[in-house]
Parts: sequence; C-alpha cells; structure tokens
Amino acid sequence: MREALREALAEEMERDPSVFLLGEDIEDPMGGSYKVTLGLSTRFGRLRVRNAPISEAAIVGAGVGAAVTGSRPVVEVMYMDFLEIAMDQLVSQAAKIRYMSGGQVAVPLTVRCQGGPGRAAGPQHSQLLEAWFAHVPGLKVVVPSTPRDGKALLKAAIRDPDPVLFFEPNILYNSRGPVPDPEADEVAPLGKADVKRPGRDVTVVTYGAMVAMALEAAERLAREDGVAAEVIDLRTVSPWDRETVLASFRKTRALVVAHQAVRQGGMGAEIAATVYEEALDEVDVEIARVGARFAPTPFAPELERYVVPGAEEIVAAARETLERAGRLGAAVGR
Amino acid sequence: MAGDFDPAWVTELYRCMLRIRAFEEKAAELYQKGELPGFLHSSVGQEAVPVGVTAWLERDDLITSTHRGHGHILAKGADPARMFLELYGSEEGYNRGKGGSMHIMDFSIGVLGANGIVGGGVPIAVGAALSLQNRGSDRVVACFFGDGAVTTGAFHEGVNMAAIWDLPVLFVCENNQYAESTPHRTVDRARDLTVRAQGYGIPGEVVDGNDLFAVLEAARRAVERARRGGGPTLLECRTYRWYGHYIGDPAVYRSEEEVASWKARDPLGRVAGWLAERGALDEEGEARLRAEVQAEIEAAAAAGARGRRPAPESALEDVYAG
Repeated sequence: MREALREALAEEMERDPSVFLLGEDIEDPMGGSYKVTLGLSTRFGRLRVRNAPISEAAIVGAGVGAAVTGSRPVVEVMYMDFLEIAMDQLVSQAAKIRYMSGGQVAVPLTVRCQGGPGRAAGPQHSQLLEAWFAHVPGLKVVVPSTPRDGKALLKAAIRDPDPVLFFEPNILYNSRGPVPDPEADEVAPLGKADVKRPGRDVTVVTYGAMVAMALEAAERLAREDGVAAEVIDLRTVSPWDRETVLASFRKTRALVVAHQAVRQGGMGAEIAATVYEEALDEVDVEIARVGARFAPTPFAPELERYVVPGAEEIVAAARETLERAGRLGAAVGR
Repeated sequence: MAGDFDPAWVTELYRCMLRIRAFEEKAAELYQKGELPGFLHSSVGQEAVPVGVTAWLERDDLITSTHRGHGHILAKGADPARMFLELYGSEEGYNRGKGGSMHIMDFSIGVLGANGIVGGGVPIAVGAALSLQNRGSDRVVACFFGDGAVTTGAFHEGVNMAAIWDLPVLFVCENNQYAESTPHRTVDRARDLTVRAQGYGIPGEVVDGNDLFAVLEAARRAVERARRGGGPTLLECRTYRWYGHYIGDPAVYRSEEEVASWKARDPLGRVAGWLAERGALDEEGEARLRAEVQAEIEAAAAAGARGRRPAPESALEDVYAG
C-alpha cells in the first residue's frame, strides 16, 4: 500500500506541475513518518515537497490558500487525530469557500492522514474521525482498503476539484496486492463503492481496514452457516454511494454496517437510517451496526481489542440479522 | 516624505477613502432600518489602512480580509453595487447571497475573501503566497487582520511559516484597540508588533493607522520587499473603529472622551488638509468629490435593494464543484 500511494503522488506530480506536497517530516531522508513520501523531495525538489513546521492549522490553511490560487496541494497531516488542531481551516474555510463565494472558486485540496487502531498507539494516535467530516457539507472523505484502490483513489482525490480528506489505514501500509502500471493511469471515481465480494443473503457495508475483516467474516459465514454475504467497500465515506448500498439491500434484505470508529454517531447510524428510510416498503428490514464501544482507543492491546470490533463482531451481527429475519440455518433459502 | 506623492494620485486615494466611509454609513443606515439581514461590522474610522496598503497593489495581487472587511474589498477595487447586492442577500451579489457581509469574495480582483473567523485568513494568505512563490510570480499578498487575531494560534503559525520561506506577504494588523469589547492592551503583553516581528526574524513597523501617508510609506517598503523576494513584513497600523463591534453595539466598554479623541484624528481630515495645502483640492472640489461619491454609493445601495431574491433551491448549489 505504501508504495502504491507513493506511486500515485509521483505520477500526479509528474503529470501536473501545480501539484505539490506540504507536511511535517515529509522531506528526505525522513520521507514522512510513515515513509509514504520517501524519495519524492529528492526527485522533485524541496519547492514541491516542503517540510513544514509543526503547525497543523497553518499547514492545512496554507493548503487552502494554495488551492484557491491555482495550485493542487497535497497536504500530509501525520495523524488523523491532529486534524483536530486544523478544524477551522478544514471545516469553516476549505469546506465552505466554494459555497460561500457563490461558486466563484474551487478548492482542490487533498489532505492525507493516516490513523486508526491496531498498533497500541493509545487514545491520541488511534482515532477514526471520518464521521465528523462526513457531517460537513463540502468535504469529501475517502478511505482506501487495498493498494490498488489506494493508488487509484489518491489520484482521483488529487484531481478532484473539492477538498478531499484521504484517510490511510495505518495497519494497511504493509499490505500487498496488485497495482496498475503508471501507463494504465487508473483513477477510481470518488463517490463510488466497490463490491468486494458478491452475495445474496446479507449485505455488509464497510470501508478501510475493516474491509479485510468483513471478507474474513464472509468467508466464515459461507463456511459455517452457508450464508452468502455481499461485502461492499464504500471507498468514499462522504458523499457515500447510496445507490450501490440500496441495490444490494433490496437483494439481500439484511444489512450490517461495520466500522472501527466509535459506533455512537458514526457512519453506521447514517447508513442504517438511510436504508431504513428508503426501504420501509420492504417486507423485512433487518439492520445491525458494528462499531467501536464508546471509549477512547486504549493503549493495552487487550483493551484496544475489546473496544474496537473485528471480523468476529461482523459474523455475530450478520447472524443476528438473519436470525431475526428467520433466515439463518435451515431457513436460508438456497 | 509625504511630499513625494503626486496630489492627483492622492486625490484618487482620498476618493477611495470617501467611498469606504460612504459605503459604511449607508450600510449602517440600511441595517438600522432593518433592511439588511445578519450582522454588520463597520470600518468607519479605519479608512487609511486599506487604502494606504492597496495603493501599491496591482489588480492580480491578492488580499485576505476580515469580518470587518468592506474597506479592504472596496480598496481592492470591488464593485459597491455587487457588495450591496450581497448585503441584501441577492442572487446577483458577489456570493449569490450565500456569504453576506462577512464573506465577500471577488477572485477576479484578487479578493480571496472576508472571513468570519478571527485569524482564519492568515494561513490562507500564506498558502496563496506559497502558490505564487512556487510559480515564480512577483505577485504579493496583503493579509489584513485585527488586533484580535494576534492572539490566535493561526496568526503565529502563519507568520512563522511565511517567515521561514520568505513568502511574499504583508501582514497588516489593523489595531483598532478592541477585540469585540476587550481592549487589546489587556490581552497582550507585547506593547507592539515589532516585538513579535523580531521573534519571527522579519521586519516589523508600527505606524499611525489614521495617517494615510504613514501607511503608504510603510506599505511601500513592505510591498517592494515582498516583490523582490525579500519575504514578509509585519505592519501594525494603530487606528480606531468609530462604531461598536457591530452596528447596534452600544460599546459601553469605552469612554466618550476616548471616542471623541479618535474622531478628532479622522483619517479623512488629514488627507483633505494635505491636498488643500498643495492647492489640489479646494472647498468646492472637496464638496464635488463628496457629492460624486455619495451619488455612487446611493446608486449602489438602490441597486442592492432591487436585487433578485435567490431561489430557495439554489441553497443546494455549489456545495461541491464535481
């Protein structure tokens, strides 16, 4: 994944001279705290790959100012948690300039962050805040789950005319998978979900690091219960792909929304409520939400594992919905 | 020093100051009649600062402004009629009725926006300057902010960033003495911004913000420096807002004597005196100039009142570009 993201940055910088990178510790020899930008300052020079002081508000704000004046900045904020320091620039400036200017200008800013649980990084370095930003009209929120998507979505984010928050799940940096060649210039459309595994019995909607867990859960459900789960990777959390999710639900009539972010007020609530509103006419509406318990992400691995859900919880939630619908076990129609 | 300036040019700057004064007075009048929605922050008394700074800017130089931004925007060359249209919340306003007084933007003349968040424009100005530097442009950015912004993190982060990269920005603090009701001297131990400039390793000057010529001199140095790649300058222009924080604020936090002493130092009077001394503007000329400006602003306000009301559904447009 790390190399895929680096390729996306390099290819976009090569393609478009207005693309530049700004962030803390992104220059060589450090090449970024998580090495995503390694080699880029050597290749493109320090005007286009600029090390910033520890000033998240100014880093994001400078990205906004550059974006409205003809550049395509890609800003790196080291941890998603640190976006809290730049909230005004993200929420009151970047998200609203196009709107409140009456459409005079676009804000083609990409903000890359990594984060998420799974590395015992503790309460201030493990949060998943996508739901906060999905609540803000004007921002787009993208979370990749595979190297291929990572590259194709990052390219799309950089080319997009709107401010995009690009959240890289930390635990996926070392994940491996096929990546299209530079010549292919594969760009994944923002706002479009990807069906990672087709199925007819229950729809599992998820994104980011949890996609792999949902696929693992689907495997278990197939093996142990004869249940065919359809796994939908949202890829873009906001605006999210209602059509794909609703079409899948109309087929399966059972829904599990799963994320590692805190359940309360999370994307699961939004998606579940939307499906419920849109599918009131369905015969049976079975919906379950999987999300983190209502606590900060703790440090000790066993505490972290207790708070943050995984494949296990997805399996349980899928069984629960199907059981309520009377479709688990013998009842599952083949 | 002040004698260096061409009286004909100064007359045009004076016209611009009169335009700002007339615009603000007319807007306040309409607001008090209940014709304008929202809040209104008046810059009456501060006219020398925007005019003295933008006098050195070209059309494609950039500015960022504040919630008290009408003066900056007019000085950069915005159309007062489209500003009034926006104050009325009209479809033809600068922001199609989605921004209002605190968010007027005109990218065609480099107005990157008034800003409802104190200090919010500082990093944006820095980023715009970064864009210019990356492109090898000789354009500059004037970043206007009030004394209230000086105590925000965004200000410190932004000025430091501009300093380390020699970005072409003029940081212009309009110190009108009060952040809402809080006197600046009670919330900042530094007695002037030159101290802060030193801290960032850049030049800083304190000038009499009610003296157009003092602002012109300092701004010229700062703009020239920025244009030739010399980096940012911090200017503190000491001035005063004649009205409260917003129109309708009784401003009980300051004394009548204080207000009177600043009104006696009206920035307009000083320029009129300078022009009269040089025989460039006699009483008759002055009256004619004021009448012209007043007529222009009355027409602009009337155009604002006649604006088309936006269709409610247009509220959903321009959330995203694509």
